[in-house]
Amino acid sequence: MSGALHAQISVYAAIATRSFRRYSTYTVATLAGIFTNSVFGIILSFAYLALWEQNPSAGGYEADQAVTFVWIGQALLMTIALWSGGATDDLAERIRNGDIAVDLYRPVSVLGWYLAADLGRGLYHFATRGVAPTIIGALLFGLVMPSPAGAVGFLVSVTLAVVVSFAVRFLFAASAFWLLDATGPRVLLSVLATFFSGLTLPLNLFPDGLRQVALALPFASYIQTPADIWLGRHTGLDMLAAIGLQVAWAVVLLGVCALVLRAATRKVVVQGG
Amino acid sequence: MSLIEVRDLSREFTIRKRAGRLRRTSVVKQAVHDLSFEIDAGEMVGYIGPNGAGKSTTIKMLTGILVPSGGSARVAGLEPSRQRRELARRIGVVFGQRTSLWWDLPLRDSFELLRRIYRIGDRTYHRNLDDHVALLDLGDLMDTPVRQLSLGQRMRGDIAAALLHDPEILYLDEPTIGLDVISKGRLREFLRALNHERGTTLMLTTHDLQDIEALCDRVIVIDHGTAVFDGPLPSLRANGDASRTLVVDLVDEASPIAIEGARVLKVEGPRQWLSFPAGASAAPLVAQVAAAYDVADLSIHEPDIEDVIRQLYSR
Repeated sequence: MSGALHAQISVYAAIATRSFRRYSTYTVATLAGIFTNSVFGIILSFAYLALWEQNPSAGGYEADQAVTFVWIGQALLMTIALWSGGATDDLAERIRNGDIAVDLYRPVSVLGWYLAADLGRGLYHFATRGVAPTIIGALLFGLVMPSPAGAVGFLVSVTLAVVVSFAVRFLFAASAFWLLDATGPRVLLSVLATFFSGLTLPLNLFPDGLRQVALALPFASYIQTPADIWLGRHTGLDMLAAIGLQVAWAVVLLGVCALVLRAATRKVVVQGG
Repeated sequence: MSLIEVRDLSREFTIRKRAGRLRRTSVVKQAVHDLSFEIDAGEMVGYIGPNGAGKSTTIKMLTGILVPSGGSARVAGLEPSRQRRELARRIGVVFGQRTSLWWDLPLRDSFELLRRIYRIGDRTYHRNLDDHVALLDLGDLMDTPVRQLSLGQRMRGDIAAALLHDPEILYLDEPTIGLDVISKGRLREFLRALNHERGTTLMLTTHDLQDIEALCDRVIVIDHGTAVFDGPLPSLRANGDASRTLVVDLVDEASPIAIEGARVLKVEGPRQWLSFPAGASAAPLVAQVAAAYDVADLSIHEPDIEDVIRQLYSR
């Protein structure tokens, strides 16, 4: 039994490793992306600084915390594939052109497969497009650094952010089984994720009502939760509760993904000869 | 028990069509209809039919990625749609128009990944890798990313990939599509050797009838979702109105040859084309022609299999 489990883990580790390596072949794209993230980080930082000058503790953040929030958002943008571009894009494309048939012929779980691939990709983007702009941000603006517990919590939270974001993207991509093309749903998802993840503005700045709703949505797991853990707004039991909510979303959404995939493979035609 | 058993297999699709601005009507299309056949271990079977005949639908049901609407399919003692993953370890699938390799990774990495996926033992893996890499001439390509391979190279890589886990059955969907003549020939040679030496059962869908002639002892012809012919290649030729052609080169020009059991198709100078039934022997015909005329040369042309199949479809 443990041998089988070991074999399972070895497969997914191999998939994640190959996915990491696959993204690492595009060095120039990575460098260009780091540059872009940094430029946006700088622009947003100045915008936030202007905003916080008017309202020095907006949303309960000090100005230096707000700027740190900006750079965490830029670091996680690609890590969680906020605007898609991860393994789920491959899924949507493979459903559209029928290559999904090849995936279904393999003796491994399709969901596990794509999750492993996306985690491998996420790790690559975190190590490059996450870390590099953060260093630039720290040099230019002097970011707030986390406590040791906060750093560990942050890493756990980011991993869960990738899983939650993956599950949401997977569901939108799987709509291609029925719609035959997932471009429309993907655009919709990008808009929702941009607004409700905390990328444009920390969710704590949202007006009452909308704020509570936004914090309960899975999108809050993307940037808001990891950022608040980094900034020390969630500590101790509160941090565990925040991570617990991410775990709950991850489990529920992956469960839905599994059901959707089963329905899709039973009912829907795999396109193309 | 046969390795592949298909009984009264059916699959229908519901196609929704727009009818007017908002109304939609559903049309049920029978992609496969009451299809039955058996394939024994070690056979090489050509599965042919026009576009939309139901070939791919059948293969999808045999591999378990599509659930039949009726009838049954058993492959290697398993029910494909219920035991898809278990079955996947025992079969290999090659698509001419799709790849199971990873686009951005070197061939070697794709093979390594498949080794983990199929949990291939070290000895099997290295034996298969060594064999297939040598036979398919992949040695120099192992470190090349798949996206940089030519179609023929990629195809060879795909076939090696499909065989790493020692499948009992190999499904090939248009394996030679888009390949040049030399690549086609080498691929066929490899597949024949695979069947002879390892006893791998091959099921091949193709539009290239030369694939069938070179590889398959048996042909199943499918049209409108049902089998219209199932038998050895020679009897497909003899089937129906197929005819052979005797080409006679006379020493001198002559009026059309009049002989019992043959019909003159064409006369061009001293050369005449005589048509006779595919089931009949050519020997008496040749003897009669030789007795009555001064013959410079003779040749017999087998019926073109495409013509035979065209006749089957049009029935």
